[in-house]
Amino acid sequence: MSNTDFVLSVEDLTVSFDGFKAIDSLNLYVDQNELRVIIGPNGAGKTTLLDLICGKTRASTGSIKFKNSEMTKLPEYQIVRSGIGRKFQTPSIYENLSVFQNLEVSFPRGRGVFGALFFKRTEEVKNQVQTVADEIGLGSQLDTEAGLLSHGQKQWLEIGMLLMQDPELLMLDEPIAGMSVRERELTAELLKRICKGRAMIVIEHDMEFVKRIADKVTVMHQGKILAEGSMEKVQADPRVIDVYLGH
Amino acid sequence: MNSIKLWIERNSLGSVLLLAVVLLVVFPLALDLFRLNLVGKYLSYAFVALGLVMLWGYGGVLSLGQGVFFGLGGYGMAMFLKLEASDPITTKIQSTPGIPDFMDWNQITALPIWWTPFQSFPLTLLLILVVPTLLAFIIGYAMFKRRVGGVYFAIITQAVALILTVLIIGQQGYTGGVNGMTDLKTILGWDTRTDSAKYILYFLTSGLLLGAIVLCAWIQRSKLGTLLLAMRDKEDRVRFSGYDVAMFRVFAFCFAAMLSAIGGAMFTLQVGFMSPSLVGIVPSIEMVIFAAVGGRMSLVGAVYGALLVNFGKTYFSESFPDLWLFLMAAMFLGVVLAFPDGLAGVYNNRIKPWLASRFVRRKAQAAPPPPPTPATATTTAAEPAALPAGLSSQQT
Repeated sequence: MSNTDFVLSVEDLTVSFDGFKAIDSLNLYVDQNELRVIIGPNGAGKTTLLDLICGKTRASTGSIKFKNSEMTKLPEYQIVRSGIGRKFQTPSIYENLSVFQNLEVSFPRGRGVFGALFFKRTEEVKNQVQTVADEIGLGSQLDTEAGLLSHGQKQWLEIGMLLMQDPELLMLDEPIAGMSVRERELTAELLKRICKGRAMIVIEHDMEFVKRIADKVTVMHQGKILAEGSMEKVQADPRVIDVYLGH
Repeated sequence: MNSIKLWIERNSLGSVLLLAVVLLVVFPLALDLFRLNLVGKYLSYAFVALGLVMLWGYGGVLSLGQGVFFGLGGYGMAMFLKLEASDPITTKIQSTPGIPDFMDWNQITALPIWWTPFQSFPLTLLLILVVPTLLAFIIGYAMFKRRVGGVYFAIITQAVALILTVLIIGQQGYTGGVNGMTDLKTILGWDTRTDSAKYILYFLTSGLLLGAIVLCAWIQRSKLGTLLLAMRDKEDRVRFSGYDVAMFRVFAFCFAAMLSAIGGAMFTLQVGFMSPSLVGIVPSIEMVIFAAVGGRMSLVGAVYGALLVNFGKTYFSESFPDLWLFLMAAMFLGVVLAFPDGLAGVYNNRIKPWLASRFVRRKAQAAPPPPPTPATATTTAAEPAALPAGLSSQQT
């Protein structure tokens, strides 16, 4: 099959830390408009995989192609600018800035030094901030200092910051960790809404949540892919039950 | 009138205006010329402190080598003044008339090529700004692109300060060596040592400093200022929002260097000499102390910090010649231990709330007791009711 059909194609990717292979000749293909969930036990290499795709960690060998261009050698900010957004596991927002400023800073214009110096808060920026803030349920709290938000709201704010950039591939690392039941439901709905028109990779442990959102599930174990397919297929796989889901 | 007042409040320029009054009115009226000239010297250090507020306070990058840029700016100006003071007639007793005296003493018989641009005043001004900024760019680019930061960066800047001092002292024939460049007299034929010149230079320094504060405040308010703060606290988030973090740090470092260089040039003009003792590690650290004492997040605070520490230095060294270094150290340690946010922190956290409470009470006393109308009754009743609503909305 030609790679051109995929938004993201990871091929033969390996990274080793002092001889330990955190990711071991891994292949992964993500379709356009697909919502992929990656599950697996602790230490399976899920977060490392996201780190490799967004450039936080450098691959030892292998290739990561996004829309058919190689990402492994690009600096982080170039990877982001080509359309890959990454949310970290713990909410990573600017606590001292307001919700509005958090979103505004993520607006994909004025990214150079002098662009930022002469950046103007135009109507376009304000509208975009308002749209995204409404989407993540913070539309009425634009002036709130981000540090005062609840844990769940912080997670949504970080997702909102990524939406500001309108990435073609959005990667979320455990977006519902530490959320209440109600917040999980809202987040599932949010992800369902925002996955339109873009591909997403989500790392998650909560099986109920995975069932609700996933198009396709990838199970990782010891740096390799153990199984891949629909949720039903993966859940029925004896190897997956062995290492992860339990009997 | 009202709109001007609003504009000032919105940009919190009140403190800048107050500083302008202190510098342009109070000091010139209250101090004799000798002291005023000293204040002018302190204000030239304040440029460095301003740069450190941008670099260290906002950018989170501590440089212990700002003396390098102060020195380069100062030497640039000194080279121009020295050449002007070394015309062939004044220096006719030298074996090579027309070159600076220290070159003659060191058996140099022609002006070195890299000195020639400093014969032109516009070129000198340009080089005062460009050379330090370029050096900062090279150091900053090499360091920040490799993600060198924190203590390591501070140590490297110290090393640069040491290297430059050694270089200046070692190359006596080209730089004046340990004595520096002395006997600076006139600029474009205008004698800088007269009383009126000292006044004019003082006001020029104050004006440039106030302009620099407004420029810094504008940068802080731009998206770039927000980003500097953001990358200080959450570097990875900024990087993975598509920003080249290193280049923003390079900018902050270059900007701080340029400000320091302006300070250095104004120092040379007012004090009449430049020497390696103003370039090295000790003065560089002293400049960090100015910013720390003033409050590293406050532009106006940095100026007061530079003034206070230097007043202290002058006062202690005049009154307690044996003890002054210890008193200086005590002042620094005291301020940093007791008030980690410096003078600005003391003002914002203690004095301002206290003033506000005093002011509000005065106002309440001055106003006649309001008649118990239903309108006031409802507003007072509504306030406690509104408070929990506001709080609960934050928790959802």
